[in-house]
Amino acid sequence: MTRKQKRLTMIAGAGAVLAVAAALVLFALRDQIVFFYSPTEIAEKTLSPGTRVRLGGLVEDGSVRREDDGSVRFAVTDTAKTVTVEFHGILPDLFREGQGVIAEGTLSADGSVAADSVLAKHDERYMPKEVVDTLKAQGVWQETEGKATQ
Amino acid sequence: MSGAIGTLSVAELGHYALVLALALMLVQSSVPLIGIRWRDERLIAVSGTTPIVGFGFVAIAFAALVAAHVTSDFSVLNVFENSNSAQPLLFKITGVWGNHEGSMLLWVLILSFFGALVAGFGSNLPSALRARALAVQGWIGSAFLIFILLTSNPFARLDPAPLQGRDLNPILQDIGLAIHPPLLYLGYVGFSIAFSFAVAALLEGRTDAAWARWVRPWTLVAWMFLTAGIAMGSYWAYYELGWGGWWFWDPVENASFMPWLAGTALLHSAVVMEKRGALKVWTVLLAILTFSLSLLGTFLVRSGVLTSVHAFATDPTRGVFILAILMLFIGGALALFAIRAPEMKQGGLFAPISREGALVFNNLFLVAAVSTVFVGTLYPLALEALAGDKISVGAPFFHLTFVPLMIPLLLALPFGPLLGWKRGDLLGAAQRLGAAMAAAILAAVATAVATGAKGALAPFGLALGVWILVGSLVDLAERVALFRAPARITLSRLVGLPRSALGTVVAHFGMGVCVLGIVTASAFSTEEIVAMKPGDTVDVGAYTLLFQGNAPATGPNYREERALFVVSRGGKQEFSLAPAKRFYTARQSSTTEAAIKTIGFSQIYLSLGDRMENGAQAVRASYKPLVTLIWLGALVMAFGGALSLSDRRLRVGAPRRAALRKAAEAGA
Repeated sequence: MTRKQKRLTMIAGAGAVLAVAAALVLFALRDQIVFFYSPTEIAEKTLSPGTRVRLGGLVEDGSVRREDDGSVRFAVTDTAKTVTVEFHGILPDLFREGQGVIAEGTLSADGSVAADSVLAKHDERYMPKEVVDTLKAQGVWQETEGKATQ
Repeated sequence: MSGAIGTLSVAELGHYALVLALALMLVQSSVPLIGIRWRDERLIAVSGTTPIVGFGFVAIAFAALVAAHVTSDFSVLNVFENSNSAQPLLFKITGVWGNHEGSMLLWVLILSFFGALVAGFGSNLPSALRARALAVQGWIGSAFLIFILLTSNPFARLDPAPLQGRDLNPILQDIGLAIHPPLLYLGYVGFSIAFSFAVAALLEGRTDAAWARWVRPWTLVAWMFLTAGIAMGSYWAYYELGWGGWWFWDPVENASFMPWLAGTALLHSAVVMEKRGALKVWTVLLAILTFSLSLLGTFLVRSGVLTSVHAFATDPTRGVFILAILMLFIGGALALFAIRAPEMKQGGLFAPISREGALVFNNLFLVAAVSTVFVGTLYPLALEALAGDKISVGAPFFHLTFVPLMIPLLLALPFGPLLGWKRGDLLGAAQRLGAAMAAAILAAVATAVATGAKGALAPFGLALGVWILVGSLVDLAERVALFRAPARITLSRLVGLPRSALGTVVAHFGMGVCVLGIVTASAFSTEEIVAMKPGDTVDVGAYTLLFQGNAPATGPNYREERALFVVSRGGKQEFSLAPAKRFYTARQSSTTEAAIKTIGFSQIYLSLGDRMENGAQAVRASYKPLVTLIWLGALVMAFGGALSLSDRRLRVGAPRRAALRKAAEAGA
C-alpha cells in the first residue's frame, strides 16, 4: 500500500468506529433517557402506564407510611398536585417529610409511581435543582431556603 | 479583640502569600517568553526559579488555611462554614479541601507543585521549550489564582467571629476525604504538564520523539494518580453512601473518568511517537484534549451546574468565571492547534497489523468511548439550556454505548504487546495466545455450567477478564522465553526486562483483574432488603445474619445507633457486624455507616435504613463476590504505571546523551 492508501484506510477505519459510536448514542438517547416531571405535569400530560419518569417535589407532611415488609409509600407534592410513590428499599439519609426529593421509576396504571431509586439532598443546605425549579414554577419557593445564611 | 491579633496575621498572611504567588505566576507567564523573543538567556532562565518560589507562596497560603482550620478560627468564614471545634483533628485538616474555596486552593497548589517539579527536574530540556511550557503553566495558574482571589477567597473574614462552626458535611467526615481529592487532583492537574508541553510544541511549530520522551513520564504520573484517585472515590462512595453501588455514571464521576480515558489514550499514543516518530499531531491533540477534559471536569464539579455532593458552590458568578477560563484555554489551544498542526511533519510508516496499528486501535476506541461519555454527561445540560426539557441520562445509556465500545478494545488488548513494530504477525500472535484463549473458553463454559446457562453475559464477561489476565501473562512469558529457553536464560531475561515492559504487563493484568471484579460483582451479587426485629435472621450468599438489637453510642460530634448482627456460616458462628446510623448534631443531619466484612476478595455489605413504627429495623444486606477486585485491579494498574515510570527515571539523561553524540558526529 502507498502512504496515501494507508492513510485512507486509517481514516475509513476511524470513521467507521465513530459512526458506530454515534449510532449507539442516538439509539440509546431515544430509548434510555428519562424525563423529569413535576406532579402537576404528570397530572396534565397523559403518559401511558409503564413510562419511566423522574418525579420531583416535596415529600408531603404526614404522608410517609412504612410497611412491615420494608417498603414505603409517600406522596410527592408541588403544592398544586400530589403523586403517590411506592418504594421498596432504603431511603437516603436526608429523606424527610417537607423536604425535596426525586423519585425515579415507572408510572403505574393508577397514576402512582413505583420508584426504584429515591434521591434526597446530599446536604441540608442544598435541594435538587429540578425540585427548586418546580417549586419556583408553583411560586412557593423562598430564595433563602437554598442558600446558607451568611 | 486582643486575642485575635495572633490569628489575624495567619489568615492575612495566607491571603498576602496568594497575591504574591499570582504576581510570580504572571512573571513566569511572560518574562521568559520575552526572553525567547529577545534571545536573552537571563530572561529565559527566570523560568527555572519562579515556579519553585511561586509554589512556595501557594504552599504558605495553603498552610495558613490549614492553620486556621486546625485552630478553629471561626473569624474566617471558610472555617466557620466547614469546621467545628469538636471535630477530630484529621477532619479539621481534610475539611480544608472539603469545600469550594479550599478545594480550588488545593487545585492551584498541585498545579504550582507540578510547575516547580518541571522547573527543578527539567534541566535536561531545551531551555526554550521548558520556558514556553512553564509559561503556559503560568497562564493556567494565574487564571485560577485570579478566580480564587476575586470569587472564592478562602480567607474572607467574619465580624464578629461566631463561637462555634457549622461543622463539615457529615458525608465528608471520613478518611476518604483525606485520600480521594488529593489523589484525584494530582491526576487531573498533572495532565496540565502534557497540555503545557503540547501548547509549547505548537508555539515552536515542531515536535519530535524527544518531546514524547519528556511528556510521557509526566502523563504517566498524572494517569497513575488519577487511576488511584478514581478507584478511591469509587470505594468511598461504595461504603459511605450505604447503597453498595460502586459506580453510578453520575456526571461528577464521568467528569473524572473522561480525562482518565483520554489520558490512557495519550499514554499509548505517546509510545508510538517516542518509539517510531509517528502520530505526532495526534498525540499533541490528545494532550490538549486530556487536560481540556480535566478543565471541563473542574467546571462541571465546581460551577454548581450539577447537583451533587461535590457541588459546594451555588454562586453563579463562579460558574461563569470558570466557564470563561475553560473557553479561553480550550478554545485558545485548539485554535493554535488548527493553525500550527498542518505545518508539522508527519513521520513513520507502518502496516495496519503492527504494534503501531494496535495502539491506534486502542486510541480509536478510547476516543469513541470518551465521546459517548461526553454526550451522556453534557446532553442533559445542553437540552435543558436550549429546550428547557429536563432529562436524566443514567446507567442504561452508558451500558448501551460505552460498554459495547469497550468490548472490542478489551478483546484486542492482549494482541497489542505481541505484535512487532512496523509489521506484525497476527496469526503468530494468535497462536501464542492459545493458552489465554483456552483459559477464557474454559472460564466461560465453567460459568455457564455453574449458573445453569442463564444468559450469556456473565460467562462472556468472565471469559473476557480471564483472556486479558492470561494474555498479559503470555506477554510476560514470551518476553522471558519461558519454557522455550533454559531456565537460566529465562531468569536472566526476567531480571534484565525493561521496567516499562514489566509495567505494561502489570497494568494490563490489573485491567483484567478489574474486569473480573466488575463482572462477578455485577452478575452474582445477592441483596436482601428486609425489616428485621431482634432475633430475626436473613441469608446472604452462604452466610446467615442474626439481628441481635440496637445499641446507642456517641462520638466526638455525633450520636449513633448501632445495630448488632452475628454472622454464621453452616451453623457456625464466625464474626459480628455493627452497621450504624449517625446523627450529627451541629448540622442536624444523619449518615449511614455500612458494616463491611471482607472474606477473601468478596464482601458482605450491611447497611441500615429507618426504624419502623413497630420497632423493626430496615436492613440492606448483600453478598458481593470478588467485588474488591474492582479497586485492587485499578491499584494494580496504577502500580504498573509506577513500574514503567521507574524505568523512565533511569533514562532521564538519554535525550541529552543522544544530542551530545550527534554533536560529536557533526563535529567529526
